[in-house]
Amino acid sequence: MASYDTSDIRKGLKIMMDGAPYTVVEFQFVKPGKGAAFTRTKIKNLLTGAVLERNFRSGEKFEPANVEVKTMQYLYKEGDSFVFMDTSDYNQVALPSETVGESSNFMPENLNVEVLFYNERAVGVTLPNFIELPIVETDPGFRGDTATGTTKPARIGTGATVNVPLFINVGDVVKIDTRTGEYLERVGRA
Amino acid sequence: MRAWFDGQGFLEVETPSRVRAPGQEVHLDAIAAPDGDDRRFLVTSPEYHMKRLCGAGFERLYQLGRAFRAGERGAHHQPEFTMLEWYRAGHELEAVARDCEAILAVAARAVGRPPPAAPFERTTVRALLRKHTGVELRGDETVEELRALAAGAGVAAGATAWDDVFFQMFLDRVEPHLGTTGPVFVFDWPAPLGALARRREDDPRVVERFELYAGGLELVNAFGELIDPVEQRRRFEEETEVRRARGKVTYPVDENLLEALGRMPPTCGAAMGFDRLVMLTLGAKDIRDVVAFADDEV
Repeated sequence: MASYDTSDIRKGLKIMMDGAPYTVVEFQFVKPGKGAAFTRTKIKNLLTGAVLERNFRSGEKFEPANVEVKTMQYLYKEGDSFVFMDTSDYNQVALPSETVGESSNFMPENLNVEVLFYNERAVGVTLPNFIELPIVETDPGFRGDTATGTTKPARIGTGATVNVPLFINVGDVVKIDTRTGEYLERVGRA
Repeated sequence: MRAWFDGQGFLEVETPSRVRAPGQEVHLDAIAAPDGDDRRFLVTSPEYHMKRLCGAGFERLYQLGRAFRAGERGAHHQPEFTMLEWYRAGHELEAVARDCEAILAVAARAVGRPPPAAPFERTTVRALLRKHTGVELRGDETVEELRALAAGAGVAAGATAWDDVFFQMFLDRVEPHLGTTGPVFVFDWPAPLGALARRREDDPRVVERFELYAGGLELVNAFGELIDPVEQRRRFEEETEVRRARGKVTYPVDENLLEALGRMPPTCGAAMGFDRLVMLTLGAKDIRDVVAFADDEV
């Protein structure tokens, strides 16, 4: 595989660093004093999620990471595995629950997600940033109690709990930020 | 700004933008502007012609003009930018530091803001390295010694050139902290990093140079100017060799400049990125926010 150098750096570029695959999150051209140009780069470890900052000298080379992102549809859970299907070729792949991790909280059946493959092995799942799901269980809020601003727990179909405003009822469809697990707004009434 | 300089007895000058000998610095590349066979380049700074004017007897000069540097694009860089450059006859680099304090105050007042508290913090390269990396820098280390020092501080320096290793350390550990709590002058740069500056008499391993950092921006580069034409020619030839070794375009040596250096009195000069001064004064984060048209909007 040909190697990259600093002029190839762009958001989303997948490179190997210290033996792990990283993706470029942010980068900036810097040129200190009367010195050489560097590219100040923020990179995210695709396996651990850890974010690092590195300053690469102009012309420094790196190896591309053998990483592929495929859009797949979550089908169902079977025992301790989650089964996904590649929508382009109908191939199915089963991921153990540790690989899926907390993403399972906001992953209803038939959701399209991004599955990350590193060296041909599935290593992680990325959900869409926002998801809209109906509430399946919650206590009724007290009418007129909107001034207090408190929230109540509500359960969604995946089994996860989200804190929602008191006016949300069972059957209401809510929009959730999957990255934080937070309620954003109501998008449909029961 | 002009009113302040004029009031201080500075003469405003305009020097050519299209020259035969742009700067020799290893890391600055000039943009070619030929005219048929006449090999010309856009200036990377107005320095050489302003120094020629100093050699002709002008004691206080300033210029607000354009500088051009190939390939420099980023949040603080544009290939074409405005440079505020000034020179004062005299030994004291400290006088130029006071000029900087005054200029930042002029800019702040122009937008109705209070000037940053003067005098600004002053520190040295050695003190910064010691504080942020634990490294004790003499200034005359060999490249191998410098790399060992960097490795000892946990900075992986794969570079082979002195200044590259230095800047890897500086950028990784020191620069993120500079100018974030108020403007700061960084004095006493190691000799390998001060091509156009004279060496300090009391410590020839460092040169008379300061950089002013403010608001996370590198704002000013100032020198006690080297006026020894023999030494300057030697440094030019060294830089040309390094450029050639790196496969870079080389430029002719400016003989007119060398001749003028011989006639110059001791002089100190400074170059300030004027767009960056505007950024600092207005709190802009990107140079594109303070120029009418960025390079890709042309």
